[in-house]
Amino acid sequence: MSDAALATTNWEIVIGLEVHAQLLTRSKMFCGCPTTFGAAPNTQTCPVCQGMPGVLPVVNRRAVEFGLRTALAFNCQINPRCRFARKHYYYPDMPKNYQISQYEEPLAEHGWLEIDRPDGTSRRIGIQRLHLEEDVGKLIHEGTLETAQASLVDFNRAGVPLMETVSKPELRSPEEAAEYLRAFRAVLVYLGVCDGNMEEGSLRCDANVSLRRPGAREFGTKVEIKNMNSFRNVQRALEFEVQRQARALEAGEPIVQETRLWDADRGYTRSMRSKEYAHDYRYFPEPDLTPLVLEPAGIAAIRAALLELPRARRQRFVSEYGLPAYDATVLTQSRALAEYFESAVREFPNPKVVSNWIMSELLREIPGDDERAIQACRVTPQRLIGLLRLIENATISGKIAKDVFDRMLRSGEAADTIVQREGLTQVADAGALAAIVDQVLAANPKPVEDYRRGKTAAAKALVGLVMKATQGKANPALVNQLLEEKLSDARGGRL
Amino acid sequence: MIDRKDVEHVARLGRLALTEGELERMRGELAAILQYIEKLRAVDVEGVEPTSHAVPVVNVMREDEVEPPGDHETMMGNAPDRSGEFFRVPRIIED
Amino acid sequence: MAGDLTRLTAHELTDAYRGGEATPTRAVEAYLARIERLDGDLGAYLTLTRDTALAEARAADARYGKNAALGPLDGVPVALKDVLCAVGVRTTCGSRILETFVPPYDATVVTRLKAAGAVLLGKTNMDEFAMGSSTEHSAFKPTRNPWDLARVPGGSSGGSAAAVAADLAAVALGTDTGGSIRQPAAFCGLVGFKPTYGRVSRYGLVAFASSLDQIGPLAKDVRDCALLLSVIAGHDRRDATSLAAPVPDYAAALGGGARGLRIGVPREYFNEGVDPDVERSVRTAITVLRDLGATMAEISLPNTDYGIAVYYILAPAEASSNLARYDGVKYGLRVPGRDLIEMSGRTRAAGFGAEVKRRIMLGTYALSAGYYDAYYGRAQKVRTLVRRDFETAFANVDLIVAPTTPNVAFKHGEKEDPLSMYLNDVFTVPGNLAGIPAVSIRCGFSRDGLPIGLQLIGRPLEEATVLRAAYAYEQATPWLERRPGLT
Ligand SMILES: [Mg+2]
Ligand SMILES: [Zn+2]
Repeated sequence: MSDAALATTNWEIVIGLEVHAQLLTRSKMFCGCPTTFGAAPNTQTCPVCQGMPGVLPVVNRRAVEFGLRTALAFNCQINPRCRFARKHYYYPDMPKNYQISQYEEPLAEHGWLEIDRPDGTSRRIGIQRLHLEEDVGKLIHEGTLETAQASLVDFNRAGVPLMETVSKPELRSPEEAAEYLRAFRAVLVYLGVCDGNMEEGSLRCDANVSLRRPGAREFGTKVEIKNMNSFRNVQRALEFEVQRQARALEAGEPIVQETRLWDADRGYTRSMRSKEYAHDYRYFPEPDLTPLVLEPAGIAAIRAALLELPRARRQRFVSEYGLPAYDATVLTQSRALAEYFESAVREFPNPKVVSNWIMSELLREIPGDDERAIQACRVTPQRLIGLLRLIENATISGKIAKDVFDRMLRSGEAADTIVQREGLTQVADAGALAAIVDQVLAANPKPVEDYRRGKTAAAKALVGLVMKATQGKANPALVNQLLEEKLSDARGGRL
Repeated sequence: MIDRKDVEHVARLGRLALTEGELERMRGELAAILQYIEKLRAVDVEGVEPTSHAVPVVNVMREDEVEPPGDHETMMGNAPDRSGEFFRVPRIIED
Repeated sequence: MAGDLTRLTAHELTDAYRGGEATPTRAVEAYLARIERLDGDLGAYLTLTRDTALAEARAADARYGKNAALGPLDGVPVALKDVLCAVGVRTTCGSRILETFVPPYDATVVTRLKAAGAVLLGKTNMDEFAMGSSTEHSAFKPTRNPWDLARVPGGSSGGSAAAVAADLAAVALGTDTGGSIRQPAAFCGLVGFKPTYGRVSRYGLVAFASSLDQIGPLAKDVRDCALLLSVIAGHDRRDATSLAAPVPDYAAALGGGARGLRIGVPREYFNEGVDPDVERSVRTAITVLRDLGATMAEISLPNTDYGIAVYYILAPAEASSNLARYDGVKYGLRVPGRDLIEMSGRTRAAGFGAEVKRRIMLGTYALSAGYYDAYYGRAQKVRTLVRRDFETAFANVDLIVAPTTPNVAFKHGEKEDPLSMYLNDVFTVPGNLAGIPAVSIRCGFSRDGLPIGLQLIGRPLEEATVLRAAYAYEQATPWLERRPGLT
């Protein structure tokens, strides 16, 4: 029996995810330093985020608002009173050797996130808590952590606002965990509180994995998995770990409570040096910050401002516009894209056509989850509609329209401006076209001959020649019709 | 009460490489102070709210506005060891 | 008259500047000369900012010269406890671990002093990281009491107190976490004020115990104290715990007198532990206040006796956290090691003195797994009871009067055992736990000629009432005439 099968038949998989998301604020959590990614080392620090003697933190209001927005989107209970606490451990990427986080009084608790399953049904995954904290700096090891003789510290990232969200241990498979993370990310990107970039570390995921006999009440020994920096890696790492534990348990070996690092290149998890004995964080309320008392009125205001979430919008796109589920999923991957689609459909009520153009043309140029790029796109919904109308009233052919779209992207001009200047309108005037057809027939006796001998395929060649003669501007339907007439006349004449 | 193992554990948590002598002296002094502090056990604190801030102020926040960060060289000026733009630390072994 | 300039108070000095009988430069030169002559024995200063002081003095000269706009402390030579950051000036906190630290920023109080025209003379000695009551626990040198060099000036702001008492600075700033302004003020015969928690911004004050620390003035008389407090008090967006309440002109409010004030005398502050000389002087002071028209009432602060126990859990716990950043990575001392843990462990072991290590250990223990509720949690609750004692008392009285310390300045090395040193703060610690304003003023002398401190404690944000009573008492008594016998 395969490991995978083993794991799923003899054991119940129990997974909980802990996600850290960098919030899209302009300044850091407790100081005014910028949060922009990729600046030169230690150029985005000040006495506060370098933890110098004598400095004090002050909470970033927007970070709290982002936290509340997300908490409400995840159906959490907002704690009427929350507080920051100091979490102590020594590590050189943490300037104060404590992290300002939240402990006994987090921002929010007891929420849930609905995820879709392959079989079309959906499932609610419980969210235990959501709290705010500060990020640490970056360490660059001269070699690997194990072999490095020295390490270099960059505090640019130290103090960037983080939102930590802990799921209940209710995920029952690696696929489900990956799906949870996808849905989670979609909500954050949608709310505009996080850019969701896992490679750059804006979204980081740790997992707790354990197995137990189906129906067992108590949990098995859990193992923490770190360093899974993509959806694919989350699933691969969890699959590996589940099978590793199943194999061990089947062999009667105990599971060691530990932290394991996922090694994407080698495709396995390996044990980190256990530091369990040192895990004594000595939390206590941060005396430099005042408690936050969250007034119901303020919370209500944020709830009112909450937008329709991706899942709901996706379902509405199917029911309201009759789009295929696939289209709906693509179009709701970001708020900007969904809004682009809807404002276009409002004035050009042919959802499928609009959807096709967005998916085939727009998304060829712009990533669908890049809010800024979509908002900045020179082909605005109005411009796109302008183009679609030219096709609708046969001013240009669909083929030409694609080139026009590309030019619109580059020049930012309106479709008709380009079509007029470049003279791209179809020759739709029967008389003018008839003349061209006659010339073509006269100039190409061979295919005409073939046609007369009954090779109807020859007609195709003639259509091509006419289109060529009009640089593709002829209305193809009309060309066919004219050729039909003229050639059949010709044939009839023979009899 | 506090024994030698506790003292060693606490010294590790507090990142203090204490000498044998210091550890021993520390044990005695901490024991004496903790002995004195025992008097708090006599106080009835049933239903008493803890005080972590002397003044009842809440919801102090700043607007999300960027301030120019410190000048790089000035901010690195106190570094005991540096390599280019970085602070440099000796080999890290997971504690 | 250069020699005499150093005997003047800040307000006398600015009057002299305005009257043209003196200039800031001459005053600063006089102070520098006196420091040169006396500080070798006294040990009040850790760092002198001679050149910048003279430059700032010349700038002040110019302002007085072409009667430009003047700050309230224009040209006044000020000393700063070495726990307060000033751009480009070494800030050691009396510790080896920060011996080389040069802050790239100004504490908010320093910004305000500069804006008021004050001239920074230098940074003063202190018990390491403000942990101590004698300034014997400085990593660099002990400070001596100007009234008797064999005795301690008190602490932890002993350097600032000794400097002002010995005329080595006109006024100074100290910090008070459990009595560190009021106790040295009492031992050196000065006016020392601990404001309401949050009244003065802590930004740039190197933290010892964040929920208790406050910055305050040390001065020769109540008027100077009021002037200095008006300059440093007020809201600061960089300190989330600073209070938004407007700052009155404390000096202008001094004249109100003591008539009509209801003053409470707490039973618990007159126990057998109090030195007879101290008790006698304080009892006499109480009659003086009554004669000035205040109504006196005996009150009770039943939880006073728990103050020290609460304090020696909360303060070390917060300190163990605040001092975690000194690890040899970013600033200050680094002792090499094979790896990071060895390096930072050695750095901290070598960089911190015995008292600091003791409190880091105590605080770490109190916060560690399994002990939090029994120690830190319980201490925070008893702190609430101590606070309530004052709230109840202040329902019936406007002020509370008490000794600042149970005894006068003790001899160097007299209090070897940590606990007996801690108990010296028994009358000052409750004010920090409750976060309320309190002043210590001179109210007499012991048989062997050492100053005795009277403590006046007020309601939150009622600094003005405290100062008003203190001023009335000061005006009615002759104590300020006596000076330490230094030459
Ligand atoms: Mg976290
Ligand atoms: Zn910063």
